[in-house]
Amino acid sequence: MLNLTKKERSERNALRVNPCKTCQPVGAIYAALGVHNCMPHSHGSQGCVSYHRTFLTRHFKEPAIASTSSFTEGASVFGGGSNLRTGVKNIFDIYNPDIIAVHTTCLSETIGDDLNSYIQDMDIPEGKLVIHANTPSYVGSHIFGFYNMMTGFINYLSEATGNCNGKTAIFPGFVNPGDIREMKRLANYMKVPFTMFPDQSGVMDVPMTGDYTMYPKGGTRIPEIAGLGDCKMVLALGELTSEEPASLLERKCKVPYTLLPLPIGIEATDRFVMELAQLSNEEVPYELEEERGQLVDIMLDAHAYFYNKAVAIFGDPDTVLGLTRMVLEMGMLPKYVLTGTPGENFVKLAGKLFEQYGVEGCTAKAAGDLFELHQWIKNEKVDLMIGTSYGKSIARAEDIPFVRAGFPVLDRYAHPYFPIVGYKGALRLVERIAEALMDRQDKTCSDEDFEMVM
Amino acid sequence: MEARILDERKAFIVNGKKDIGCNFDAPAIKCDSDSLSGTVSQRACVYCGARVVLNPITDAFHIVHGPIGCASYTWDIRGSLTSGSDLYRNSFSTDLSDKDIVFGGEKKLAAAIEEIIEKHNPKLIFVYSTCIVGVIGDDVDAVCKQAEKKHGTRVISVKSPGFSGNKSYGYKMACNAILELIEPHKNQAKIKGVNILGDFNLAGEMWIIKNYLREIGIPVVATITGDSSCETLIKAPAAQLNLVQCAGSMTYLAKKMEEEMGIPFVKISFFGVEDTSASLIRIAEAIGSGENIQKAEAFTEMERNKLNSFMDKYKKNLEGKKAAIYVGGGFKAISLIRQFREMGIETVVVGTQTGKKEDYEVMESLVGKDTVILDDANPAELEAFMKQKGADILVGGVKERPLAYKLGIAFCDHNHERKHALAGYEGVINFTEEINLSLNSPVWKMVRG
Repeated sequence: MLNLTKKERSERNALRVNPCKTCQPVGAIYAALGVHNCMPHSHGSQGCVSYHRTFLTRHFKEPAIASTSSFTEGASVFGGGSNLRTGVKNIFDIYNPDIIAVHTTCLSETIGDDLNSYIQDMDIPEGKLVIHANTPSYVGSHIFGFYNMMTGFINYLSEATGNCNGKTAIFPGFVNPGDIREMKRLANYMKVPFTMFPDQSGVMDVPMTGDYTMYPKGGTRIPEIAGLGDCKMVLALGELTSEEPASLLERKCKVPYTLLPLPIGIEATDRFVMELAQLSNEEVPYELEEERGQLVDIMLDAHAYFYNKAVAIFGDPDTVLGLTRMVLEMGMLPKYVLTGTPGENFVKLAGKLFEQYGVEGCTAKAAGDLFELHQWIKNEKVDLMIGTSYGKSIARAEDIPFVRAGFPVLDRYAHPYFPIVGYKGALRLVERIAEALMDRQDKTCSDEDFEMVM
Repeated sequence: MEARILDERKAFIVNGKKDIGCNFDAPAIKCDSDSLSGTVSQRACVYCGARVVLNPITDAFHIVHGPIGCASYTWDIRGSLTSGSDLYRNSFSTDLSDKDIVFGGEKKLAAAIEEIIEKHNPKLIFVYSTCIVGVIGDDVDAVCKQAEKKHGTRVISVKSPGFSGNKSYGYKMACNAILELIEPHKNQAKIKGVNILGDFNLAGEMWIIKNYLREIGIPVVATITGDSSCETLIKAPAAQLNLVQCAGSMTYLAKKMEEEMGIPFVKISFFGVEDTSASLIRIAEAIGSGENIQKAEAFTEMERNKLNSFMDKYKKNLEGKKAAIYVGGGFKAISLIRQFREMGIETVVVGTQTGKKEDYEVMESLVGKDTVILDDANPAELEAFMKQKGADILVGGVKERPLAYKLGIAFCDHNHERKHALAGYEGVINFTEEINLSLNSPVWKMVRG
């Protein structure tokens, strides 16, 4: 497996091998799917949307809808205005959403399509909405596309009426529906009235009923997005994912925000819970203290299996940072920490964590790829890998225990249903990590070292 | 229930013929054209078409020239297996950024090719043009030619900007790339044997077909492109006959090879007992001796008999069920209709992404008058017709799977995510078992209460 990868590293300036990111539009679609009765629309060739839907379906094991402007040669020369007009008309006629969320692609960005004026000049049926976001595929990654689409919604819809609605807006970051459900549970425990935006729970994890509905029950409601402008504040989760939309809302509607890391692990969850407590002025209820205590209890019970184990963590920036903090809390060593998404802030934040926990010899890299990660591992092996399915070939080639987390997980079931955030999510991570390490020990130890009780 | 169908889409949907042969009054289906703007099309682009055809070439470096997405989405997704190099399971891209869009991507592409040549001593590099390359005007052909000249390595440009047509056009661009690879070798002396075109060795299907041909004494010269390598591909011009399995993607290449290399072709299909047996006998008759024909007849007879008791065991579970088919190419759809008939299952909805007019004519002749036939369907149409016709199982690809499940309809992937080999007699067993397990899984009892 992966025989190409050699130990000797060499400079690569032009070639990307085995990427750890994908392009903006799929993030834009995922964000738009978190809005109720919304049709994500890709303004580009028909292939883009087919890939994005496939990609999302492979991760969530759910249908993922999105329509396309179906660019042809003609549209690429004369502009995609008429494609978009026809597209929007057809979408409202046949699929009847409340809102269409258009995102651009490399193609429509490069030919200079002006989505603002297309949408302004368009006949939009009474009571229906069309919004857009610029998501050039050649800038950033799917994470950029995700927050750009959020800013698109805020740009078009959010208003400050002057009457505070008393709610807190929670921007969950690029996470699974299971994580969003956990964040909501925590906010409910803390009695904080909130708007979750976007909210893919109830959209990308719908129950089996024997009916297919294009627009499931979940998703942030349009009036709620409009009402973001009247929220008393924003909890923006994911330092590298949620700041852009939070800062836009602050500029546009004067809603202040607090930027927090994704609540992965104890410290980050504590911070999230304490912020919520401050907002509602409520004591942390016993149930949450109990959850936290149980988590610490298990971490303590199993700590001998974790101590100083070297880990490679890869995937989306905020998820990776969260997992890095978590493994540090467990006494492990996050030896290699890598994201494909560009941005040096990632490296700084990872560096701060290394410093905070006083670990040495750890490397963090943004805009990296998995070929490079593999080379690092070949040079100095790790005991565990945590990341997306794209790591499975490396794990196999180097025979390393592997815990799947983040986006995408293409080769296992039920991941999107379970959280990695909150105390419950951390407990699940501890269990998965312990299982991976202990299964390995059971499988590879000699007979005389094989134990019933561990 | 009444399906909500756009007027513009109505020409893409027809019903099966009332009487075979009496087809003057029925309008022909509209197909092989672009998707409507605004639909949730199940269809992919030119690049996708080119990539799926060439991807199984195991020892090639497939460089995707464009922003990262096109490379990410096609990284190791094909399900094609290899008996040799696993190079093709890596993802290579120029990962173009905004700077490259402004100043052009040629330099970066040239540098990417250099980096591969310097470090990895490649035999063959494909460079795929994506949408953006078509717009910023990179001269990819020139970059490839220059690299070839400088290093003596084959560097072949695949002209596949997504917007330049549909997926079928991408197949054609892939065929052109293969032609470019084998053209310098076209004057080889002929040897006894066939090329297999249009099998991609998904779940090892190419190996099954090769085994059958070995049984009947027909040598295989080259496989295009399942489990192929640069070295085996360039031998292709020496073959006597081309077997075309996936007609949608490979008929063009077969025609070109006939014109330029004098290799005739036959369309065959290894899906289902009927088609597999007929194909093997046809191949033996086309280039074999009397002995080959005898072997083919004996072999197919033996395999068919082996399967009879197997099919009898399952038939009671399957008979009377109704199937919907939504696959990429027309030829596969036709085979599937026949295969379902062998199981006692009637096809009530059939559609393809890229079927041609002649494929749809064959489909019309095979199905009942109430069967819906549709080109480039979207999920709303599939849902409406599957419900209306009471389909029990859908055969399709990744995007159709969750749709079927949500509707409470069983499913079998006949595309990249097939779980087992579905070709040949082994494939009949796997396919029947899969159809049976999905149709009769106890989970449906939970769903339906």
